Amino acid sequence: MDLQNSDAIVFMGSNMAECHPCGFKWPMKAKAKGATLIHVDPRFTRTSAMCDTYVPIRSGTDIAFLGGLVNYILTNKKYFEDYVLNFTNAPTLINAGFKDTEDNDGFFSGFNPTTRAYDRSTWQYQTGAAPARAPEPQSNSEAKEGQAGSPPAPVPAPQGQSVKGVNFAALIANRLPGAPLQDKTLNDPNTVFQILKRHYARYTPEMVEKICGTPKELFIKVADTLIANSGRDKTSAFVYAVGWTQHTTGVQLIRTAGLVQLLLGNIGRPGGGIMALRGHASIQGSTDIPSLYNLHPGYLNAPDATKTHDTLLNYILTETQPTSFWSNTPAYVISQLRAWFGDAGSPDNDYFYDSLPKITGDHSHFPVMVEMSQGKIQGMILTGQNPATSLNAAFQRNAMAKLKWLVVLDFYETESSVFWKHADAAPGDIQTEVFFLPAAHIAEKDGSMTQTQRTIQYHHKTADPPGDARSDLFFWYDLGQRLKKLYAAGRSGAKNVDIIKNMTLDYAPDPAEVADWIHKDEPSAFKIFKEINGFDWKTKQPINSFANLLSDGSTAAGAWIYTGQLQLVNGQIVNRGEMQPGKNDGWVSPNWGWAWPANRHQLYNRASADPKGDPWSTKKKYTYWDAAAKTWKNDPGDGIDFTLTKDPSTPANPNGVGVAFHSGSDPFLLKKDGKGWLFAYEGLSDGPLPTHYEPWESPVKNQLYKQDRNPVAKIYDVPGNKYNEFAGTQFPTVITTYRLTEHHLSGTMTRWLPWLAELMPELFVEISPELAKDKGIANGDYLRVITERNTTEARALVTKRLRPLTVNGQVIHQVGMPWHWGYQGIATGDIANNVTALVADPNVSIHEGKAFTCRIEKGRART
Amino acid sequence: MSDLRGMFVDTSICTGCKACQVACKQWNEMAPGVPLPMEDEAAVREHRAFTGNSYDNTGHLSATNWRHVKFIEQIGPDPSTSDRSDPRWLMMSDSCKHCVQAGCLEVCPTGALYRTSFGSVDIHQDVCIGCRYCVGACPFGVIAFNQRTGRVNKCILCQDRLEIGMGTACAKACPTSSLTFGTVSDLQAMANDRVKALHARGQTDAYIYGWDLGNSGTITAGPNKGTAVKDVEVVGGLNVFYLLLDKPEVYGLPAHAALPQRNFVPSAGVALISAAVLGVTGLAAFRRNRIAENAAAAEGGD
Repeated sequence: MDLQNSDAIVFMGSNMAECHPCGFKWPMKAKAKGATLIHVDPRFTRTSAMCDTYVPIRSGTDIAFLGGLVNYILTNKKYFEDYVLNFTNAPTLINAGFKDTEDNDGFFSGFNPTTRAYDRSTWQYQTGAAPARAPEPQSNSEAKEGQAGSPPAPVPAPQGQSVKGVNFAALIANRLPGAPLQDKTLNDPNTVFQILKRHYARYTPEMVEKICGTPKELFIKVADTLIANSGRDKTSAFVYAVGWTQHTTGVQLIRTAGLVQLLLGNIGRPGGGIMALRGHASIQGSTDIPSLYNLHPGYLNAPDATKTHDTLLNYILTETQPTSFWSNTPAYVISQLRAWFGDAGSPDNDYFYDSLPKITGDHSHFPVMVEMSQGKIQGMILTGQNPATSLNAAFQRNAMAKLKWLVVLDFYETESSVFWKHADAAPGDIQTEVFFLPAAHIAEKDGSMTQTQRTIQYHHKTADPPGDARSDLFFWYDLGQRLKKLYAAGRSGAKNVDIIKNMTLDYAPDPAEVADWIHKDEPSAFKIFKEINGFDWKTKQPINSFANLLSDGSTAAGAWIYTGQLQLVNGQIVNRGEMQPGKNDGWVSPNWGWAWPANRHQLYNRASADPKGDPWSTKKKYTYWDAAAKTWKNDPGDGIDFTLTKDPSTPANPNGVGVAFHSGSDPFLLKKDGKGWLFAYEGLSDGPLPTHYEPWESPVKNQLYKQDRNPVAKIYDVPGNKYNEFAGTQFPTVITTYRLTEHHLSGTMTRWLPWLAELMPELFVEISPELAKDKGIANGDYLRVITERNTTEARALVTKRLRPLTVNGQVIHQVGMPWHWGYQGIATGDIANNVTALVADPNVSIHEGKAFTCRIEKGRART
Repeated sequence: MSDLRGMFVDTSICTGCKACQVACKQWNEMAPGVPLPMEDEAAVREHRAFTGNSYDNTGHLSATNWRHVKFIEQIGPDPSTSDRSDPRWLMMSDSCKHCVQAGCLEVCPTGALYRTSFGSVDIHQDVCIGCRYCVGACPFGVIAFNQRTGRVNKCILCQDRLEIGMGTACAKACPTSSLTFGTVSDLQAMANDRVKALHARGQTDAYIYGWDLGNSGTITAGPNKGTAVKDVEVVGGLNVFYLLLDKPEVYGLPAHAALPQRNFVPSAGVALISAAVLGVTGLAAFRRNRIAENAAAAEGGD
């Protein structure tokens, strides 16, 4: 909703009008107020139709483009000086041993080619001396580095020490780092600022044109528009989605936009920032309260056998960042354990921390499917997921053919539930036992959703599900109850007994909630909502703020970031997720749903005031310091993302724990130094600065570096996953996959609905008239998309909205293929993902479905 | 005028999402007697429904498609060259316009088509005899024969929703408020403001199709770049009217919509003249005959 305040919006790596049609009303409001809208995309889409300028780009080269913006801003000295100097780590000094990709032809210092990983010690800040440490008993524990990107291992506690009687505050205070050293003139060659300039020195407009195929004048127009609409009086926003995430450089790509926005001073300001469009219903919620292997709810890292996580105390000491808001980690972790294990947990048994499974490596989707293909996985439960249409789909279907059993919970008979019809093996030879359980739809169950802009909304059941369809909640709760019964009775050789026996699962049906409905055994979604929110363990009353969570076991909270979605007001429990805006709510609408954390809509909004606490301008007034009242204020009603009574002139305290370490003008609370990170000295496995690498499959070599591609990208050299030859001749066409408004994901919910099936009845490939002519393909003809994995057929939609690009003098063609089709439903078609490959970003394992190569031929794929 | 209801279709903020098409089908599936199923399920299953016409697989208004979003790609001034300057993609949600002078209404012999108290044109399905006079009388090709029911169908401006104080389903679903429901006079004021705001931004293409509110401009992109445009009243006024960004023909709308009835006066005049000519010629012919007969008789009698 804040987009309505933007003076310019760049949609890049997203197609907001088509994929977020309801949210798109806000950029339209901005446009009506005079904002300039730009769409940078490989295709001219329905979003481009709504924008003032469309800018073509070769899919996968966004870092070159955005890095070009960084270069342009720095070269022309158009960065917001006061903001950059005070709110970012531009003046911070980096280890003198650091070597940039400019020095090492595409590598940063510290790369180990054997392990394919970086040692980040030369990337660290130069710091002053750490405060004197109080002596602690000698530790026997081994400090473990963990996986690439983790913080350096701290001093571990003595082995076997439990948390009983531990003074967390003292231990954390004993681990304060030295304060980062800075050069406020920005002239020292070791400053982040100078490193940044050197790193992007060759990302000129000419280079952008050579790499991206974007005409130089258009690139400069984008740069000039952003510059003209940033600063004290104006703000610009970027809007992105999976067009940025789904690359082997996905995380770095988004970070490059972060660099641009920090340099222009747009972060934390109304109408500024970077909007991540989170598309699926509750996709934001699915990472907040995840079933991701490496995260616990509230973005706490999963216990990891490769890190110093052997005991709860060591886990806490490793994970707690002493100098940021994360210094409160002990309270979050212990409250979570209390929620999960209830009274069975205590300081004496470390709240059952030891019973939690610890990860040993990468257990994300691709490695799991690879192991499945090797027969190492017996069974799988799919809750609203359709891997039979996922990346390298045939590989995944064949992997599923090795399962002993498969459970599918879904509305319709999805491709995955009948994967055995489309695997290499004959159906009769596939031994998988498939259970299909019909699932209830959203209107048929209670629950909550968390969407774009982190807003939580609670919804109530409005109809009974048909037949045997039940909610996912019922399935998992019932499964949990059955497992508890089996384990209580004892099973020989059973593993993980403690966790099953002791997990609370206090979600028993509430008679009042089920009174109007057929199913009386439906567990209570509200009880889960309350557990996630957090409550006082003794009184069972909800806790209103994460500031009130404690590390002594007296509070329980499933996810600290959600604390506050339920509130105790005058003795009544108020569900903030149910609220509707009032008449006088204003544009922030703080009473419409509830945004985590603490109903703060614009994150880091301290940055909307200058170091002294005054708004940067009257026009962009947002959060500001009221000196008379000695408090921060925000007139439109947004939550203030800063310590409410901390005077802006408060100096940084080298002995301060948590945000006390930061000064009164350090807006970035979750960062150790309170600054926006232009340079990320930790946290990422592929470099402190985003670097242009070509997609894993590309028709051209990297023009900037000898190292063509991300040196630490996750690749899978397994049968059935052969990659197209890089910069070869067999697969010269760039291809991107994307979504349409009319369908959703793999079409499991939409290709069965007649009114949607007829709007987009068939898989098609968008192809330029130039390429179509080359291949003798007429509009409507069948064509084949060929990669080393597979061949897919589609109807040709010949359109000038796709165009050939000139990349370093060579004509490169791009085609686009929506990925909504499969063999089930009313509107059927080939699976687009039959042609993609298993290859992923090294930081978060997101696949590279947005940029790869193919060969196009006229004709059908099969007779 | 102030009680008349209608819709303003601002095509400049239509994103082509087709929520309007789906909302219409969903709502009207619930109205008894007028189910709106898939246009042609067999075609979808047999892979024959893909039209290749931009993102428009609906094709045209029909008995089962009362709303139809049109897509017009103008990626450059000439579709046959590779020039892609000033690209744009026009979108428009088409439906019955509930004309002030409605051709369908005027020719209906049974009164099945009637004017409601809201100013819209609704259909009494049970009175319709399926004669299809209305199909030819509509200058926009809106109303269509329903093979299954033997009657005709078109958008009825959600009569059942209006009767209980609600607006149209399509306008409710529209995410950008490109479709706005309201009183015609309010909508005219809104449309006028909108055209002026667009012109102030440099988008001089905008004009109103349906009412003449006095605006004029010039097309800024596409094959008709440079052509002058201005507001136009059509068949007495359209209660569902449009803000367009190019000539009406580009959107498949008639530049000068006319009802067959406009031929009444001239054709009546022609008929009268023909009758007079025939009459005079006939009289002349009979008179000549008569004279000849008399002459012959006179000759013979002597």
